Amino acid sequence: MPPLVSIRDLRVAFNGVPVLRGVDIVLQRGEALGLVGESGSGKSVTWLAALGLLPRHAHVTGSVQLEGREILGAPAAELDHVRGGRIAMIFQDPASALNPVLTIRKQLCEALALHRDLQGSAVKTEARRLLELVGIPDAARRLEAYPHEFSGGQIQRIMIAMALAGNPDLLIADEPTTALDATIQAQILELLSTVRRELGIAMVLISHDLGVVAENCDRVAVMYAGRIVEDAPSNQLFADPVHPYAQGLIGALPPLDGPRRRLTAIPGTVPDPAQMPSGCAFAPRCALAAEPCGLAAPSLAPIANDRSVACIRAEASRRALLGIAAE
Amino acid sequence: MGRYFAIRIGRAALTIVLVVTFAFVVLRLSGDPALMILGPEAPPEVLAAFRKAWGLDDPIWFQYLDYFGAIARGELGRSMRDGRPAIELVLERIPATLALTLPAFVFKVALGIPAGIYAALHRGSGIDRAVMMTAVAGFTVPSFVLALVLVLVFAVQLGWLPSGGQDSWRHAILPIATLSLGGAAVLARFTRSAMLEVLGQPYIRTASAKGVPWRKVVTSHALPNAAIPTVTILGFMVGTLMAGAVVVESVFAWPGVGRLLVVAVANRDLAVVQCILLLVAMTMVTSNLVVDFLYGFLDPRLRSKGAHA
Repeated sequence: MPPLVSIRDLRVAFNGVPVLRGVDIVLQRGEALGLVGESGSGKSVTWLAALGLLPRHAHVTGSVQLEGREILGAPAAELDHVRGGRIAMIFQDPASALNPVLTIRKQLCEALALHRDLQGSAVKTEARRLLELVGIPDAARRLEAYPHEFSGGQIQRIMIAMALAGNPDLLIADEPTTALDATIQAQILELLSTVRRELGIAMVLISHDLGVVAENCDRVAVMYAGRIVEDAPSNQLFADPVHPYAQGLIGALPPLDGPRRRLTAIPGTVPDPAQMPSGCAFAPRCALAAEPCGLAAPSLAPIANDRSVACIRAEASRRALLGIAAE
Repeated sequence: MGRYFAIRIGRAALTIVLVVTFAFVVLRLSGDPALMILGPEAPPEVLAAFRKAWGLDDPIWFQYLDYFGAIARGELGRSMRDGRPAIELVLERIPATLALTLPAFVFKVALGIPAGIYAALHRGSGIDRAVMMTAVAGFTVPSFVLALVLVLVFAVQLGWLPSGGQDSWRHAILPIATLSLGGAAVLARFTRSAMLEVLGQPYIRTASAKGVPWRKVVTSHALPNAAIPTVTILGFMVGTLMAGAVVVESVFAWPGVGRLLVVAVANRDLAVVQCILLLVAMTMVTSNLVVDFLYGFLDPRLRSKGAHA
C-alpha cells in the first residue's frame, strides 16, 4: 500500500530565485509529522506548493503523490477535490483567515456542500455538530455570526471545524497557534491532537516552536534554507540530534530538568535565497564545516532505519555531541 | 444603526448649508451682478434700481439671512436675466443632462468594472497591461481634450457624427463617449486595485484550500469584499450625474445643467448659480448617504460597530 503522501524532490522558485531546493517527505496514514525551521526555510511553501496554492509566478517541479496518484499539476477539478476533501489546511493568522463579509454558517456549509453528500437541513445540522465538536458554545446561534464577532482562538477552532468538514485524511496546520495567547495555544493544540486521535487523520504541524512539535508529533523534519536537513522520530531527534543545525536548534532550548547548562546560539543568519552558498547551505554557520561541505549540497541519507540526515559530517557531528554530553 | 444614520444625516445637512454659504460668499465677492448684466455703460440710476429690485443694496448679512429664509420656504429666487424662477430654468435642463450622464454612467460601470476585474485576475498579462495603459491615458487626458480629439476624428475627419448640438440621438454619442471613457478608466483602475488587494488576503487562500473552485472563489469570496471600496467611487460618480458634464456640455454645445451653470456664472445670475449648486450638493450628499447605507449592507463589521455605538 503506498504511503498517504509522498513528496519527491519538490522544488519551488519565485521569479527564478529557488526557495525550495528538493524536499522529500513521506507521510503514512494517521501519522503526525512536525515541520520545524526558521521563517523562510520553506515549511509552508512545501505544502502550499503540494496543494497548488502558490501564486502563478511560482515555478514548481518535482512530484507529490497522494496514495500513489500524482497531484502536482493535476487538473483544477481534481485539485479542488483534494483540497479540503483529502488534505485540509489551516493557517496562522486567525484575524484574516475567514472571509469577513460571510457568516460562519456560509463558510462552513460551503465546505460541507463541496465535499460531503449532504442535502438541505442536514448541511446545517452537520455544521452545528462540527462547531460543537471544536468547542464553540451555543453553536446554533453562533453559526449566524460573522468572523469579527469571534476571538482569535475561536476563529482557529472554526478553521479546524471547516478543515474537518470535508473528512480529510490529512490536516496541515501551518503555525496554527503562533498568533494566539499562550493559554489559548495549549487549548488549540489539545483540540488538534484530540481530533487527530479520534478521527484517525494524519497531521503535519508546521511550527518554529520545537516544544509544540515535540509534544504533538511522532516524527519531526527539520528544514533549513529550502531543504530537509534531518528527519527523525521526535524523541530521538530531541535526545540525539545529528545535523549540526538541528543540534543548534535544540541547544538553544533551555532544558526543563537536569543540570543547568549554557544555552547555545547558532551564529550568523539564514542565507539569502538569491545568494545560496554552493554546497551545504548551513556550512557558513556550521562549527564542523570542512572543505568538502562547500563542494556539493549533501542529500538526505538514512543513518538508521527511521532516521535520515543531510550532512556529510553526520558522524563527526554525532561524536561532537556525545563529547559535549560526556563533559 | 439608528445613531450611525442620524450622525450621517446631520453631517449631510451641514454640508449643504456650507455649500450654499460658500456659493453665496464667492458669488457676492466676485463682481457686481448689476454691472455684469446691464453693462458698464448703464446709467447709475438704472443700476441702483436694479440693485434695489434684487435686494443687492441690503447689508450682506441681511441678504444672507434673507436668502436662507427663502431657501427654507422653498423659494430659490428668480433669474436676474429673464425674471423666471431659477428652479424652473434648472429643472427644464435636467432631462438633457441626464440624457448624457445616465447612459455614460451605465457605460462606465459596464466597461470599467469588468475591465478592472479581468485585469486583476490576469495580473501582469498583456491584457492587464493594455487595460491599465488605456486607463492611465483615460484619466490623465482631460475631458475637453478627449472631447476635441473625438470631434476631430469622428466629426471632422470621418464625418460620421455631428460635432455639437442636440437635434438627434446621434448628437449624444460623442458627449456620452467622452464622459464614459474617462469614468470607465477611473473605475477600471480602482476596481483592479480593490480586487488585487482582496485577492492577496488570507481568506482567499483559505477558500482555495478548502476546495472552492477558482471561479467561485472570485465570485463569492473576492467580489463581495472588493465591492466595498468600489461602491465609494460609484457613489461619487452618481453624485456627479447632475453636474459632471459642465465641460462636455460646453464643448458639444449641449443645453444641459452644466452649460446653464457656465452661462449663469459668466452673467453673475446669482439665483440660478445658487440653485444649481444646491441641486449638485443635494445629489452629492444623497449619494454619499446611500453609499454609507450600502457600506452597512456590504460590510457586517460596520453594521455591528453602528449597533454598539
